[in-house]
Amino acid sequence: MKILVAVKRVVDHNVRIRVRPDGTGVETTGVRMSMNPFCKHAVEAAVQMAEAGHTEEVVIVSIGPKPANDVILTALAMGAHRGVLIETDQALETLAIAKLLAKVVDEEKPDLVLLGKQAVDDDSNHVGQMLAALTDRPQATFASAIKLAGDELEVTREVDSGRETIAIPLPAIVTADLRLNTPRNAALPMVMKARAKPLAIRPASELGVDLAPRLKVEKVSPPAERSAGRAVNSVAELAAIIADDVNAMEAI
Amino acid sequence: MSVLLLAELDNGALSASTARVAAAAAQLGPVDLLVAGPRAAADQAATIAGIAKVIHAKEAVLADGLATLLAGLAEAYTVIAAAASTTGKDVMPRLAAKLDVQPVTDIVAIEGATRFVRPIYAGNALETVTDLQAKHVLTFRPSAFRPAASGNAAPIEALDADIVSAARFIAAHRTESDIPDLSTAQIVVGGGVSVGSAEGFKLVEALGRTLGAAIGATRAAVDAGYAPNDWQVGQTGKIIAPDLYIAVGISGALQHLAGIQGAKKIIAINTDAEAPIVKIADVALIGDLFDILPKLTAELEKSGLKR
Ligand SMILES: Cc1cc2nc3c(=O)[nH]c(=O)nc-3n(C[C@H](O)[C@H](O)[C@H](O)COP(=O)(O)OP(=O)(O)OC[C@H]3O[C@@H](n4cnc5c(N)ncnc54)[C@H](O)[C@@H]3O)c2cc1C
Ligand SMILES: Nc1ncnc2c1ncn2[C@@H]1O[C@H](COP(=O)(O)O)[C@@H](O)[C@H]1O
Repeated sequence: MKILVAVKRVVDHNVRIRVRPDGTGVETTGVRMSMNPFCKHAVEAAVQMAEAGHTEEVVIVSIGPKPANDVILTALAMGAHRGVLIETDQALETLAIAKLLAKVVDEEKPDLVLLGKQAVDDDSNHVGQMLAALTDRPQATFASAIKLAGDELEVTREVDSGRETIAIPLPAIVTADLRLNTPRNAALPMVMKARAKPLAIRPASELGVDLAPRLKVEKVSPPAERSAGRAVNSVAELAAIIADDVNAMEAI
Repeated sequence: MSVLLLAELDNGALSASTARVAAAAAQLGPVDLLVAGPRAAADQAATIAGIAKVIHAKEAVLADGLATLLAGLAEAYTVIAAAASTTGKDVMPRLAAKLDVQPVTDIVAIEGATRFVRPIYAGNALETVTDLQAKHVLTFRPSAFRPAASGNAAPIEALDADIVSAARFIAAHRTESDIPDLSTAQIVVGGGVSVGSAEGFKLVEALGRTLGAAIGATRAAVDAGYAPNDWQVGQTGKIIAPDLYIAVGISGALQHLAGIQGAKKIIAINTDAEAPIVKIADVALIGDLFDILPKLTAELEKSGLKR
């Protein structure tokens, strides 16, 4: 089987971001970037399937500016075989991303596409589901376990009421949650080896997809600030505050 | 604008969040509410204020089936909406792509017929967008809206559509408990990894029981196996907006704070006066949770709370 994994380069999840004072967006210049954490779990799942002998080829695709090469290299160092960068400097909406990925799926014909469940910059949680619609494939989102059973996948999903298990026939789309696995840190020799693996670069404009935004971003603003209130010194004091609050609450 | 809203169900019963997203949707136009589940849920849905009509369809829980069902109805509506729940997140982007629409999801404020606010970067920024597409696919965060009143008696129309899905449902692994629903609770007590064990987490649950509160947990506490995954609060867990959040042994990582930004009041119990949660808490008690929690629970038991 062949697996395609879509990975996004985002502001590192440990960075405390800053909204630009003019409200045009979030400051990303000079900020540490890395692979979206959820995508790492998707790559790890694909590499584990290859190691288990279920997969001959793991192809990585990322859409973004030239430096997005770095996250493809990270995935190659983790054990993926080949990379494709769909290069664009434009900030794209999720529908456009999904349409570009659908073109790649069309060309590569993977049995399984793995994605992260959400990108921690836009927090959209769209692309996997959209890609599933555009390629008319079944989907299993928010996966915390994936089991190959014949030509089906059994996927355990993290949902609001707990977990649930569904089966989907291949070819299919799966999006990864954080409890799916523990992504490996590539050792230095693997990082060196990754540079020798094939990495194709293609301009996004070449894929014949309308990339024009549908939404107009009016402004980006910081959330209301919270500041420290008061410290209390005893359990009795805290209990009194909680009791007052609770007794004053209107029932809904 | 006419709105088709997908009702949020939990195990076949109407969820409390349906009335909240109904209130949000009603700001955009008359709302038809699609209930793909048992008749009893449709009956209950018909009582929600502001609903013009309930459309009752066969039970559907899988994304491809639900998206096809919604797509079949979409033509008559300008807005197709759902809760930003795991169901809404699963279905609506799939529907949007089918309809060639860029969706706007996790909406926390409606600033006009086509102008919406949604958090990005784990809630560390708010994006205001205008959606000028002919059709809108939207999800609303239930915690950001007050529930619509009840007392309505909307007509119920049966929809006889077969729902086909390539996926197959195998099993639900539910966390059964009688504690209040986390995403709509008025009081939430959250526990962190520092409780040290599932046994330790019982201290958090005991305080919650005394207050009639829902129980939340950090990802670290869930990963350690101290709490079930559906208790996780944060960027990748549930988004809550209780009147009172009591954070016990929680550091306040930005991914956790993403889930509690809507809380009216935050109380922190932590050994570390420098913990990020203490810096944003309205009230903090610095000390050991193992010492504090039993005493606090006993003290509140004694005080005779009006709940
Ligand atoms: C992509 C991504 C998504 C994530 N999503 C989420 C999410 O949705 N929700 C979430 O919660 N996390 C999430 N995380 C994890 C998050 O970054 C933190 O690791 C996590 O929230 C920390 O949990 P904690 O506060 O329980 O543990 P810690 O950060 O270890 O904090 C423990 C706290 O307990 C205090 N303490 C220790 N002993 C005691 C005691 N005896 N009495 C009182 N206090 C004590 C310490 O001072 C400390 O403040 C995510 C991470 C990533 C990378
Ligand atoms: N620019 C991109 N390039 C490659 N994959 C992407 C890109 N944007 C999103 N994805 C994939 O889609 C997932 C969900 O992203 P989102 O829908 O933006 O939250 C990510 O975890 C990636 O797997």
